[in-house]
Amino acid sequence: MWRDNLRGILCIILKDMKAYYLKPPAISWGVLLPAALVLAFYLRDRGDVEELVPGLIALTVLFSTTAMEAVVINFELRIGAMERLLLAPISLWAVLMGKVLGGSVFGLIVVSAVGAGCVVGFGLFQSSLPYLIPVILLSLVVFSALGALVSVSVKEVFEAQTLANFARFPMIFLCGVFTPVGDMPAVLRHIAYALPLTYTVDGAKYALAADGGGSPVRDVIVLAAFALVLLLPAVRMLQRRFE
Amino acid sequence: MTSAIQASGLRKHYGTLAAVDGIDLSVKEGDVFGFLGPNGAGKTTTIRMLTGLARPTAGSASVLGYDVRSEVVKAKKAFGVVPESSNLYDELTALENLVFMGRLYGVPRQQCLRRAEELLALFRLSEKRDTRFASLSRGMKRALTIAAALVHQPRLLFLDEPTVGLDVLNARQLRAVVGQLNRAGTTIFLTTHYLEEADALCDQIAILKQGRIVASGTPAELKASVEAEPACTVRFSPMPQDAAAELTQRECVREVQVTAQGLRLRGPSLPRLTKLAYSYAQEKALQIEFISSHEASLEDAFVQLTGLSPDAMLAEKGGG
Repeated sequence: MWRDNLRGILCIILKDMKAYYLKPPAISWGVLLPAALVLAFYLRDRGDVEELVPGLIALTVLFSTTAMEAVVINFELRIGAMERLLLAPISLWAVLMGKVLGGSVFGLIVVSAVGAGCVVGFGLFQSSLPYLIPVILLSLVVFSALGALVSVSVKEVFEAQTLANFARFPMIFLCGVFTPVGDMPAVLRHIAYALPLTYTVDGAKYALAADGGGSPVRDVIVLAAFALVLLLPAVRMLQRRFE
Repeated sequence: MTSAIQASGLRKHYGTLAAVDGIDLSVKEGDVFGFLGPNGAGKTTTIRMLTGLARPTAGSASVLGYDVRSEVVKAKKAFGVVPESSNLYDELTALENLVFMGRLYGVPRQQCLRRAEELLALFRLSEKRDTRFASLSRGMKRALTIAAALVHQPRLLFLDEPTVGLDVLNARQLRAVVGQLNRAGTTIFLTTHYLEEADALCDQIAILKQGRIVASGTPAELKASVEAEPACTVRFSPMPQDAAAELTQRECVREVQVTAQGLRLRGPSLPRLTKLAYSYAQEKALQIEFISSHEASLEDAFVQLTGLSPDAMLAEKGGG
């Protein structure tokens, strides 16, 4: 059974890459929006550009995964293609994991390209990859699962984008991308610690700046917990759609 | 012969609504089984329960010997489903769609490619192998959707309204392929709104109304079970425009329908209807080009058992 599930997950990832992800809208959402936001902040306050790189990486992870994931499942539910996947001899878990990992793989491709651009463009790399890799991989799964949860929660594709923005935009400003979480008022700080992007930014800052200020182990544990917290209800809601 | 599908007391309730209300089914391996009924009768819900997409509220069912509650994943390897809508992936080509479906069912890659080419040839789509699904015509999409359910060579095929919305030629081609598949040993579970399609293809038929099976048997048994009102069809030459209106006024006629073949007269006595047709022709100096008595059809059985006219059922479906 697990073999069937693994094969099914791989098939769904490859199919989604071809059908949805490697298309201009997905790439523009994943790269252009984070780059534009970071550039806007840089132009307003021309500080050290390297300080913005962890934020750029984190936003790329957030947008590249959620932009399409939040739409794809909903779209397939509407046209009946999700039903086709659920009729295959694999579990519902495997179908959802295929979807989530498809978004994650796309996010990994985009964030790798952005990371490579930062290395070339800014001559960066004081990074600590053993910290960066688990933080980024887990974050990709977390935000892809967030997209999946949004996607199965609503009926229409436009509702998915609206709900995804409701989750995404507060994170841009509250999670330490542009302003360190420690400099925020206590109330906002508490909200920030309840949001997953905070741990992506923290882990990326630690790895890229190697400043020793973050807590990468905590980031990894919290992100793993977020992945579960988002995946479980997504599976349940998908099940309920077919009851 | 063993059962491909066995169901007992199968129910599906959505709140207080009983979509399927305790049906018993037995479909023999190798048969074409027709599941007929108006919209909302519970046909698709039954298929969803039998294929593991919906959990039964009560009752039991097995497909190819596997319990649909606990072993449906095993059964899925051996059955294929063609849903009512053609829902393959627009961005993938015809060949890519078939290969994806095969891989999803665990067919080895090379075998998958070979099988996909075979199916494209069977459905006369070889020339469209590299065309995106979105760019295919409606009939081609339908054919490819059926092909996609066959890549893993299922023993049982669920066909939900396979020909709805297709033109006559495409529908006829698809029916021919369904017949071919059945002759090769595939059991077919067919839902359709087209009664002549069910009559031509099915070995057994069950008629569903409001979640319950109201009749079942072979098409011949169902036709024999109804008391069809005598009818005769007549075509005059020339055909007077007011013939239908005039004949309706006659004492022995209850109803006159205009059909493609001519005028269908219904009434309590077939000899009197026939006599009337001849006397009307004499009276108006017309020639009779064609006349025939009308036997009970599956349509008659359907109308008597469901109380719904087949035309109304087709209109619901947007079909012809």
